[in-house]
Amino acid sequence: MNIHATPKGEIKLGRAARQPVADCDLHPVPNSIRDLFPYMEKRWRDHLDAFGSRRRQGIYQGPVYPKGQPDAARRDAWPPGGRPGSSLAFMQEQHLDANAVELGVLTVINPHPGNYQNPEQSIAMCRAVNDWQVAEWIEKDKRLKGSILTAYEHGAAAVAEIERLAGDPNFVQVFFLSRTAQPLGNRCYWPIYEAAVRANLPIGIHAFGNSGFPITSSGWPSYYVEEMAGHAQSCQSQVTSLVLEGVFEAFPNLRIVFIESGFGWLPALSWRLDRHWNKLKAENPALNRLPSDYIREHIWITTQPMEEPERPRHLLDICEWIGWDRILYASDYPHWDFDDPAHCLPGDVSDENRQKLFLNNALSLYGLDRASP
Amino acid sequence: MKPPRIGAIDCDIHPALPGLSSLIPYLSEHWREMVQQSGLHELESMNYPPGAPLSARADWRPVQGKAGASLEQIRSQALDPFGTSLAICNCLYGVQLLFSEDMAAGLSRAVNSWMAREWLDREERLRASIVVPMQSPELAVKEIEHWAHDKRFVQVLMLVSGDMPLGRRHFWPIYAAAARHGLPVGIHAGSSFRYPTTAVGWTSYYAEDYVNQSQAFQTTLTSLICEGVFSKYPELKVVLIESGFTWLPSHLWHLGKFWRGLRMEVPWVDRPPFEIVRDQVRLTLQPADAPPDANKFERLIEHMQSDKLLLFSTDYPHWQFDGDEALPDGLPETMIRKILVDNPRETYPRLMELVP
Repeated sequence: MNIHATPKGEIKLGRAARQPVADCDLHPVPNSIRDLFPYMEKRWRDHLDAFGSRRRQGIYQGPVYPKGQPDAARRDAWPPGGRPGSSLAFMQEQHLDANAVELGVLTVINPHPGNYQNPEQSIAMCRAVNDWQVAEWIEKDKRLKGSILTAYEHGAAAVAEIERLAGDPNFVQVFFLSRTAQPLGNRCYWPIYEAAVRANLPIGIHAFGNSGFPITSSGWPSYYVEEMAGHAQSCQSQVTSLVLEGVFEAFPNLRIVFIESGFGWLPALSWRLDRHWNKLKAENPALNRLPSDYIREHIWITTQPMEEPERPRHLLDICEWIGWDRILYASDYPHWDFDDPAHCLPGDVSDENRQKLFLNNALSLYGLDRASP
Repeated sequence: MKPPRIGAIDCDIHPALPGLSSLIPYLSEHWREMVQQSGLHELESMNYPPGAPLSARADWRPVQGKAGASLEQIRSQALDPFGTSLAICNCLYGVQLLFSEDMAAGLSRAVNSWMAREWLDREERLRASIVVPMQSPELAVKEIEHWAHDKRFVQVLMLVSGDMPLGRRHFWPIYAAAARHGLPVGIHAGSSFRYPTTAVGWTSYYAEDYVNQSQAFQTTLTSLICEGVFSKYPELKVVLIESGFTWLPSHLWHLGKFWRGLRMEVPWVDRPPFEIVRDQVRLTLQPADAPPDANKFERLIEHMQSDKLLLFSTDYPHWQFDGDEALPDGLPETMIRKILVDNPRETYPRLMELVP
């Protein structure tokens, strides 16, 4: 949350204050779209100046729901003269060094051209953002790893971009925004899953994007707070679709990470899926196992925005039900709803589970175990 | 487990309309003529494909006709086996799916008249919800006013997914009328399919749509809270019906966190969402969507931090449990009486008005 809020008494540092962490949701931004120009052809520079970026929304630039803060950022995260998340030096000082970040997974969402309406632009700009990540961030700080943006509404192009970067140690996952134009189980996305498995990369799915459909099944809500809370529901529909449409049966090695959509909902969704699949399984004979089995095996989830129960220990039930080996710490730096690694988890967690959640799960998911070559 | 026979109040059963022809005697002259003139088809909805296993439990399906279409079926299958003292009938005939507000109003009036004559007049254990043309708040209010004097109608019935999120001010006249007459607003699973059931487009399988109902309830609860319905109508009770409830605590923890960060946007929401829900929202029991072991379920119930939230329901004839096992394992002993009797009585004041 916003650290300029009036402090109420002294905050006691938890024992995790200086624990090394893997931060699985870190948002660098270009200070201006022009920062990406060196990475794209003249045609697209001219196109951006003339037409901008067409998304499935009415507002030309920016979000349809005004944010709670400028750029949705912590008020202390503005580097001199730039946008929050635009300066590596500032990010290093304020977050990477200060919070002992050992691995930072870059998740570029602004811009994420993955579902821009113009397919050629979507393809060219994803490529530009990927090259920009390497040149401006990853090569300058060895703690950072990239996520491969793809034009995920255009399967063949997405596959080509994955193949271009497969084997490049700078990248650790393929990266979608969650508001896809079809539910993720839809067969139009299957070639991308196949390519990700072939490249041995998980797929990270981050909240936001422009599906063109409202975030509720009864139309558009009025407020940003509703949209923010709504990502948890839209990601539940995505898990449901992936499981019930048979993606994990078709791709037994596919790994999916849900990012910034909360995680408390996953156990209840698993129970509901099991109960109703048991009655309705005749509809899709491709499934051979309980939905909760596929979820347990194939889905990882990041912590931020971490649910805050009235009794903090109730959160530990949720972690246990999901599995401590499937939960990854994420800060969402530099955004306003940043979760501080020193304070976000209730106190009575074993050292082993703490170590998994804050570091080891991410290292192992992304193939960066100290033991591995 | 089997509910003890202590006069359970079943807050969600579904008598079935045998077909459009059953409404003919209850339609106004105009709508009778229109239905016949246009050759109007049955308004069975995609929410419950008639042959789908969930839509009616196999041992509750008659050889001919629909499950729950006769009083005899309701008595022998829904009421007697559970020692039910009162049951609330929620008719799911798809009047909410129509695009014509006028036709929806004409058919709603017929459905409610049919309910009163063919069910409530003939079985004193039955109560009912007022079906309203939610396509038009103005016409919905008229329907509420028409039936409000009949105390056997105990709530107003809406579907969870319609033209716009239910918290929007557009709907407030309905909530004002309900509150004025001491009627809770019952929001039942189901969509009028103005939009896909997901935020990312149309699904491939029915099972997805059914599972997605609980996400629709989550966004609807968000809308009712954030738009300020509960602040505006502090007397109003909302009952989420066939919603599942195991999603409730984590959803309210999540929403509560965002409310703390963004409450300047909705200043009328002057207390944490979970507190509002404990005061003004109730949920029916089936489908319980419970975890496979009782210990997890007990912990989940503890997360709710209240023994008042759940209302007994069988969801007859939908297939949510087998045999007489209408209560999920792991419900604390002390909650059973509350769920079966006390909570429904507290939620629906009209239930007490007719009970000696």
